[in-house]
Amino acid sequence: MGYTIIEKILKHNTGVCDIKAGDIVTTNVDRVMIHDIFIPFVADKFEEMGFTKLWDPDKVVLIYDHLVPASQVDDTRHFRKGNEFAEKYGMKNVHRSDGICHQLMTEAGYVKPGDVVFGTDSHTTTYGCVGAFSSGIGYTEMASILGTGQLWVKVPQTIKVTINGELPANVTSKDIILRLIGDLRADGATYQALEFTGDTVKNMTVASRMTMANMAIEAGAKCALFTPDEKTAEYCEIELNDFQKSLVGDPDAVYARELTYQAEDLVPVLACPSQVDNIKPVKELVGTKIDQVFIGSCTNGRLEDLQKAAAVLKGKKVAPFVKLIVTPASRKIYRQALADGTLEILSDAGAIITHPGCGLCCGRTGGILSDGERVVATNNRNFLGRMGTSKVEIFLASPVTAAACAVAGEIMEG
Amino acid sequence: MSETFSARVWVLGDDIDTDIIIPTEYLALKTVQDMTPYAFSPLRPELAAQIQPGDVIVAGKNFGCGSSREQAPEIIKALGIKAVVARSFARIFYRNSINNGLLLIENPDLRDDVTEGDTIEVAVGEKITLNGKEYPIASLPENLLEILNAGGLVKAMRKRNGLED
Amino acid sequence: MGMTMAEKIIARAAGVDSAKAGDIHTVELDRLMSNDGTTHLTIDMCNKLKHPHIQDVNKLVWIVDHNIPSDSPKTAASHKKMRDFAREHGITFYEGEGVCHQVMMENHVCPGELIFGADSHTCAYGALGAFGTGVGCTDYLYAMVTGTSWLLVPETLRFNLTGKLPEGVYARDLILTIIGRIGANGANYKAMEFAGEGLKTLTMSDRISICNLCVEAGAKTALMEVDDVALSYLKEHGREPKALFTSDPDASFAAVYDIDLSEIQPIVAKPHFVDNVVPAKESLGVHIDEAFLGSCNNGRIEDLRVGASIIKGKKVHPLVRFLVVPASRAVYKQAAEEGLLDIFMEAGAIVMNPNCSVCWGSCQGVIGEGETLISTGTRNFKGRAGHRDSFVYLASAATVTASAITGEITTADMLK
Repeated sequence: MGYTIIEKILKHNTGVCDIKAGDIVTTNVDRVMIHDIFIPFVADKFEEMGFTKLWDPDKVVLIYDHLVPASQVDDTRHFRKGNEFAEKYGMKNVHRSDGICHQLMTEAGYVKPGDVVFGTDSHTTTYGCVGAFSSGIGYTEMASILGTGQLWVKVPQTIKVTINGELPANVTSKDIILRLIGDLRADGATYQALEFTGDTVKNMTVASRMTMANMAIEAGAKCALFTPDEKTAEYCEIELNDFQKSLVGDPDAVYARELTYQAEDLVPVLACPSQVDNIKPVKELVGTKIDQVFIGSCTNGRLEDLQKAAAVLKGKKVAPFVKLIVTPASRKIYRQALADGTLEILSDAGAIITHPGCGLCCGRTGGILSDGERVVATNNRNFLGRMGTSKVEIFLASPVTAAACAVAGEIMEG
Repeated sequence: MSETFSARVWVLGDDIDTDIIIPTEYLALKTVQDMTPYAFSPLRPELAAQIQPGDVIVAGKNFGCGSSREQAPEIIKALGIKAVVARSFARIFYRNSINNGLLLIENPDLRDDVTEGDTIEVAVGEKITLNGKEYPIASLPENLLEILNAGGLVKAMRKRNGLED
Repeated sequence: MGMTMAEKIIARAAGVDSAKAGDIHTVELDRLMSNDGTTHLTIDMCNKLKHPHIQDVNKLVWIVDHNIPSDSPKTAASHKKMRDFAREHGITFYEGEGVCHQVMMENHVCPGELIFGADSHTCAYGALGAFGTGVGCTDYLYAMVTGTSWLLVPETLRFNLTGKLPEGVYARDLILTIIGRIGANGANYKAMEFAGEGLKTLTMSDRISICNLCVEAGAKTALMEVDDVALSYLKEHGREPKALFTSDPDASFAAVYDIDLSEIQPIVAKPHFVDNVVPAKESLGVHIDEAFLGSCNNGRIEDLRVGASIIKGKKVHPLVRFLVVPASRAVYKQAAEEGLLDIFMEAGAIVMNPNCSVCWGSCQGVIGEGETLISTGTRNFKGRAGHRDSFVYLASAATVTASAITGEITTADMLK
């Protein structure tokens, strides 16, 4: 009997030979990520549990991103707690203003194909873009991993998603994942893994795969997985070993469900207020007035996203009285976009370019809106009240669609 | 666990996400207690003040979807909510609840029959009774029962580290 | 009897031949600037008027700079109110284009104008020979409705500048020195006028920095003679002077100070008053948590060049948050082109979009309980930068950048 990718990773990680979906296994964790919002809670729970040292300080990564720069006077308390914890337990991997945690984990080389990684953030599913099993957990479980290096998981069933063909010019991987979430619904993959395959996926950049893995949680998935290939190897700056090369779903593996899409059939879509699975084609909403556009986040704040937006915005201006806020996902991306002129194009068009971080996506700053306002955003959630009051309408879209909306001042296809 | 209790019901819909349970704006407040007044505020700003210790929430599908923020179950627990009954739960929220000793009960039918303000009888791991009608409920897997019975993951780890019996 | 610059500008605005200190005149305003700090309040008052009216919409310039991007539903609501009103009435409106005073200097201010701004640092416009002064919402609203206001003609403190600032010493050190000398209320109700050969050695950026901070000595306005440097700035920005005024040789000044620029040294204003100044050398070693290079006072390209030249090839101290905030979109663009933004980013700084940032203290960059900030901003009042129990030291771009590298108050020469 064959194995799915997640079964192969967990088999390799735990040494349990005849692993199958539904088994409860104890994983040996390769890396963990803690971000600024939760570090005080992790630190308190860790000490309350009676631990006195980290299982492996090199495997722990602490990233400040939700609160950078601080917007409320108590925010810096999180930095202080984090700095104290890092100092006390000998942690070296601390990023204090380098960008969004999920971007940095793969970008800075903390995650490799086949790794088992947990993070205190639901979008930890992102690292499946390089073929790692990664999933979000709460701070209590994080504290227990810091002490033990282990975590139990139930081996998930897998939904296999195959996408073949060439995407139309104005359709991106964001449109694919939104469409999929719409089809699966917000709880359609709960407790399950998503496995992506097909030539569309093979031809996709790691950055585009990241967008899809990132949003798997919005269908409730435990993780999302892409087979590591030469693009992965190049991105991770490694040579794939035999185990990593083996991370392909076997032809005779058992899948809970299989979905197939033809890329040419896909169209630009929006997730409409206030659920991520409320998907509609952009065409159906053309002409809806908007107040703001946000391009950024761990979903779509990468160089290719900014470049796609810049291609739409070059030589044009953001519509009067509409704000375009651009928040690159990391310091590295900011610098690349600065060097290749992308930021200048965006700025000339009227974009407000902020420091890399979570920005508006986490709803604490970065362009909060008011009653009756509408925003088109490239991030991952449009929940009620996520970006201000509960009377703000949030539409999720690709950077191409978002940029076109910014120019038009209304919903528009890119 | 063979506990039985009766409780007043608050009714919520499908996909109650973690931003509804506690908006990010309040996540950097110092304690969970400081955050409780803002629970459910995007949806029902008055709800947190109305909930009494011992009440239960009955909701639709995918309760707790969204973020990994553990304040979500902690706040629900701090409000005195004894249990959340839902058609289904999002997985991170589910783990977080168990780790904090918040009782979650899955049942597909109760939500259709219950009205806000009703009183239900809960026999943990066995059934819920509403107006004489019974709704069977499953018991938890062994490894989760261990954590729940220990009083949450912190206590379980304290035992492991020899700080508690 | 001759007139001062302030008297001449007011006489022009009042339509009279002469004005003298102590007179009260009804004046015609040339321009009215308001930002998101208070505009929502002005609109509320305006909407309560029996006959809401704008005398001349072309005079109004509204700028969202304090909390941009918006950081709470409350500020979002006040921005929306401002945006909707501006759109409805056709008011010139900037959002996210930079700090209001810098945007005004780049796009609007002309020599000889009389300008009210609903912000205390409006006195910055004196760098272009305009009489700018800060007012509250009520005065602003009256001026908006009638186009006029009343003004007490201020006495003038005259500062004759000679010599040249030594290398590593900046206009900011000069104005902090002056404020320290005359005190935080040393120029109350008065105009501070700067002239002399020393003035000619100062760039426009220096001049804006000096005038901008005069309100910290209590001044009603600050004024500088318009020379070739100012005229070429104006020309570069596509504008012509309205009227050029200089104080007459026999004008009457309340006091005259002679200042030799070559004697100025790096200065730090310690918590919690701007006039609490000491030579930077006396504050060395003070631990800092955050450093801020930006604001209407010191967020121009010249300031970023100074900072970048110091930090190039070095790193921000790992435990320091170093905020670099260009004062306007034009500055941002220039800094990008010159490679300065990349130098800051490479060093580990937090490069923000043009806005008031921590100088305003209730938006991105705020400091927490017990924390210390070294800042090129305008004020170091208690609680100004965030938590009420926090500390702000004011210093030049050079000292701020050097301190960001070491994590304690440091002057740039110590890094060489």
